[in-house]
Amino acid sequence: MSFWEYANPVKFMGLSGRLIPVLSVLTALSLAVGILWGFFGTPDDYKQGSTVKIIFLHVPSAMIAINAWIMMMVTSLVWLIRRHHVSALAAKAAAPIGLTMTLIALGTGAIWGKPMWGTYWAWDPRLTSFMILAVFYLGYIALWNAIEDTDVAADLTSILCMVGSVFALLSRYAVNFWNQGLHQGASLSLDKEEHVDNAFYFPLLVCIAGFVLLFVILVLIRTRTEIRLRRAASLQARNT
Amino acid sequence: MLALFTRDLKLAFRSGGGFGLALAFFLIVVMFVPFGVGSDLTLLARIAPGILWIGALLACLLSLDRIFQLDHEDGTLDVLATSPLPLSGITAAKATAHWVTTGLPLTLAAIPLGYLLNLPEPAYIWLFASLAIGTPALSFIGAFGAAVTVGIKRGGLLLSLLVLPLYIPTLIFGAVSVIKSVDGLNPLPSLILLAGLTLFSVVLMPFASALALKANLN
Repeated sequence: MSFWEYANPVKFMGLSGRLIPVLSVLTALSLAVGILWGFFGTPDDYKQGSTVKIIFLHVPSAMIAINAWIMMMVTSLVWLIRRHHVSALAAKAAAPIGLTMTLIALGTGAIWGKPMWGTYWAWDPRLTSFMILAVFYLGYIALWNAIEDTDVAADLTSILCMVGSVFALLSRYAVNFWNQGLHQGASLSLDKEEHVDNAFYFPLLVCIAGFVLLFVILVLIRTRTEIRLRRAASLQARNT
Repeated sequence: MLALFTRDLKLAFRSGGGFGLALAFFLIVVMFVPFGVGSDLTLLARIAPGILWIGALLACLLSLDRIFQLDHEDGTLDVLATSPLPLSGITAAKATAHWVTTGLPLTLAAIPLGYLLNLPEPAYIWLFASLAIGTPALSFIGAFGAAVTVGIKRGGLLLSLLVLPLYIPTLIFGAVSVIKSVDGLNPLPSLILLAGLTLFSVVLMPFASALALKANLN
């Protein structure tokens, strides 16, 4: 029994079909608890008032936006090395979700920024990096759609994802060089004491868990759709 | 490799297209700026470094699809791929030829154009240095974009979408070094980072381009 067995589409469909109902319930539960707790069970910030509560959408979506790209990088690498189709399709399936999360993070940030910074948009390094990330997602999705041969498309998008990762990382630090930011420091940290107050911290963790689960089931569902599309296309090709 | 390089140079100079086009585009961009923002010389001096860098970058972008497209259409690329030369060597030679026909002339043209935009005196040497160091990165990164999109009909727009985010670090380091010199600060740190970026691109991008070409030629 090895992890790679799930690269077999039939196995993957079986497992994901059984996982999705369970995960959906967990996602709904954690998102409901996290957001209700966050919105109604936490005090207002003494300086920011109730606008602080947008953190429960902003931070998880921003985390998913970055980690979705990392997941695409890993699955692309698996495709390039081991040529498992499910892996390439999972990367394809994750891209629009990552783009959506990037836009949610930018959108919630803008809504928060207007009352707090007095502007929807500032050329702050973090904001700028996210805009660049959105453009990377757009290019990646556009490349998938532009190429008809699916294997060539998987190859090229995987290579683009690898090269893009390097340059996205470079851009992330290059923008620091170019402008000092307005954005506050990290809200969460594994190794440092630096994080938001406990009153916000625990509901935030629940929200993050909810977003991660949401991302996982969305990727699973979209990958299943892609596999079914593939199967339908090959059936059609056989009939003509 | 040398033969391929000189062949690409000859083609670029003879057909006239790729060579003159980038320069003309650069000239027009710089010429348009005063119409757009007004002829105030102090304002022009402030935005000159950015305009010159963006203009050079866009002019470079304009001629990228020529690197592989024509050779792909008439089958030359397939012949080259079956030659004993490694694909990464081919992409490196073509990217270098692209730099000699666009990046180098753009670097030289930036000096008189900088004068038109009232670029302050001490910045010329840094403008020249940053473009001379930075444009090879533009050509090598661009060659990767061209290799990815070579099989796509009318891939020009997609090429721009893919390449522009990859150009961001180069643009930042290049433009910042000129801006620093205008402001009387030390432009050397960003110039060194730019040089590092160029070396990185020149060494590694030909392999990425070769991978992309191989996927496209199957």
